[in-house]
Amino acid sequence: MIINMNARKWREIKQQIGFMAVQLAAVIIFIILGILLYFIFSRGITVISWDFLTKMPEKGMTAGGIFPAILGSFYLTIGAILFALPLGILAAIYMTEYATQGKIIRIIRIGISNLASVPSIVFGLFGLALFVNYLKFGVSILSGSLTLGIMILPVIIRSSEEALLLVPNGFREASLALGATKWQTIYKIVLPNAIGGIITGAILGVGRVAGETAPILFTAATFYIRKLPNSIFSEVMALPYHIYALMTEGSHPKEQKAIAYGASLVLIIMVLGINLLAIFIRNHYRRKKKW
Amino acid sequence: MVNSVTNMRMEVKNLNFYYGRNLALKNINMGIENNKVTAVIGPSGCGKSTFIRILNRMNDIIIGSRVEGEILLDGDNIYAPQVDVVDIRRKIGMVFQKSNPFPKSIFDNIAYGLKINGISNKTEITDRVEMSLKNSALWEEVRDRLDDNAFELSGGQQQRLCIARALAIEPEVILFDEPCSALDPISTAKIEELINQLKERYTIAIVTHNMQQAARISDYTGFFLLGELIEFDKTEKIFTNPSQKQTEDYITGRFG
Repeated sequence: MIINMNARKWREIKQQIGFMAVQLAAVIIFIILGILLYFIFSRGITVISWDFLTKMPEKGMTAGGIFPAILGSFYLTIGAILFALPLGILAAIYMTEYATQGKIIRIIRIGISNLASVPSIVFGLFGLALFVNYLKFGVSILSGSLTLGIMILPVIIRSSEEALLLVPNGFREASLALGATKWQTIYKIVLPNAIGGIITGAILGVGRVAGETAPILFTAATFYIRKLPNSIFSEVMALPYHIYALMTEGSHPKEQKAIAYGASLVLIIMVLGINLLAIFIRNHYRRKKKW
Repeated sequence: MVNSVTNMRMEVKNLNFYYGRNLALKNINMGIENNKVTAVIGPSGCGKSTFIRILNRMNDIIIGSRVEGEILLDGDNIYAPQVDVVDIRRKIGMVFQKSNPFPKSIFDNIAYGLKINGISNKTEITDRVEMSLKNSALWEEVRDRLDDNAFELSGGQQQRLCIARALAIEPEVILFDEPCSALDPISTAKIEELINQLKERYTIAIVTHNMQQAARISDYTGFFLLGELIEFDKTEKIFTNPSQKQTEDYITGRFG
C-alpha cells in the first residue's frame, strides 16, 4: 500500500514536470515572437506615414516612400499564385484521384518533397538561367513570378493533396454509383469539399512568397526604378530586396536604416495579414463542414 | 440452383473475382429475379459485399481487382468491353452500408444525380425530387426543410435520403449493401417496409448480416461462405428446409 502511494506520487510529479516543459516551450516561443514584433514595430513605426506608403523614393532613397516596392511585391505575389495555384491543384488531383498508387507516384512525391527543401537562392539561379536568359523574359515581373511560383508549387501540391484526401471516400462512391463520370465526381463533389483546405494552403504559400528575397534577386528585382512598371516584362522593386539594398548600399546609413525598418514593418504586416486571411477562410469552411 | 428463378433480370455466370492474386469469389452462378428481393447472406468476410459491388461495377475502382465470367443485365454482359460503366451504374443503383449523403441540402442531394445525367429543366427536377422523396417515405418529414443540410437528418432519414437519391435517376435494379447495419430497430423497420414497396417497381438485391431481415423481406436468398455460393433458393426453402448442411448450421446459429 505504501509502495503504491509512492508510485502514485511519483507519477504525479512526472506529470507536473511534463506539463511545465510543454508550457515553458510555448511561453518561450511567445516571448521570442513578442520581442521580434516589438523590435520591428518600435523602429519602423516612426517613419510610417501615408506618404511613406504611397510615394516614390526620393533623394537617392534617403527620403520619400516605398510605394514601388509595395506594388512590386504585390505584382510578384499575384503572378506567382496565378501560375502555381492552377498547376498545383491539377497536379494534386492527378496524383490523388487519377494516378495508380505505385512506384512512379511515390517517386514523384519524393521529388516534390525534395523540391520543397531546395534553398531559395538555387531557385533564383534556376530562374535566371531558364526564364531570364534562355526564354529571354529578361529581369522582369514575369521571370520573378514564375520563379516564385515554382518555389511554392510543392507547398501548394502538398496541401491540395491533403485537402483532397480528407474528402470521405463515401462521397466519391455515392457520386459514381449515381452514374457520374470520374471528372463530374471530382469537379462537383470532391473539389468543392476540398477547396477550403486548398485555399488555406495556397494563401500560406503566398505569405512565404511575399517575403522571399533570393528567388527574385536575379530574376525580377531592381535596386531603384524611376517609374512604375507598365508590363509583365518590366523590372520591379520589391520590399525584401529594397530592405536589403537600403542596409547594404548607399551613403546615408542612418536615414536608410530608418526606411529599412519602416519597410520591414510593412512587409511583416502584409505577411501577417495574408496569414490572417488564410485563418479566416479556413474557419469559414470548417464551420460549413458537416461530416 | 439458378433453375428456381423464372424471370431473371440479372444473371451471374461462372463468376470469379480476384483481389490481386487472391481469389475472393469462386465460380458463382445465380439469378436475380425481376421485381423480387434477392438477399445475400453469410458471415463477415464471406464475400457478400464484394459480390454485390460487382453487380454495378463499383469494384472497378479497386486497383488490382479482376473479374472473370459474365454478369448479364437483361441478357447483356455488363463487363463487355464496349459497355460504358457510367451507363451501367445509372441503370443499377446502389445504397451503401454507411449512409453517405453529400454535404449539400436535402434537395440538392437528389437533384445532383438528375443534373449529372443531363436533366436541367427546373420544374422536372423539382417534380422528381418530390416524387422520389415520396417514394422513399421521407417526404412528410422533410417537405418543409428541403434546403436544410442533409447532415441535419437522423441516421435513418439520411439512409432514406440515399434511397431517394438512387430512385430519382430511375434505375432498373437497386443494390443495398447492408443498408440497416448502422440503424436502430425503428429506422430499420421503416427501410424494410420501404424495400417491400419498392419491389413492385424495381428489382432489388440486398446484402444483409441479419438473417431475420433476409427472412422477412426477401423472396430469394443466396448463402455465401468463404467466397463460395453454398446455396441459392427461394427464401422460404432456405430458412425451412435448406439442402446444404453448412446453410443449416449458419441459419440455426451454429456459427457466424
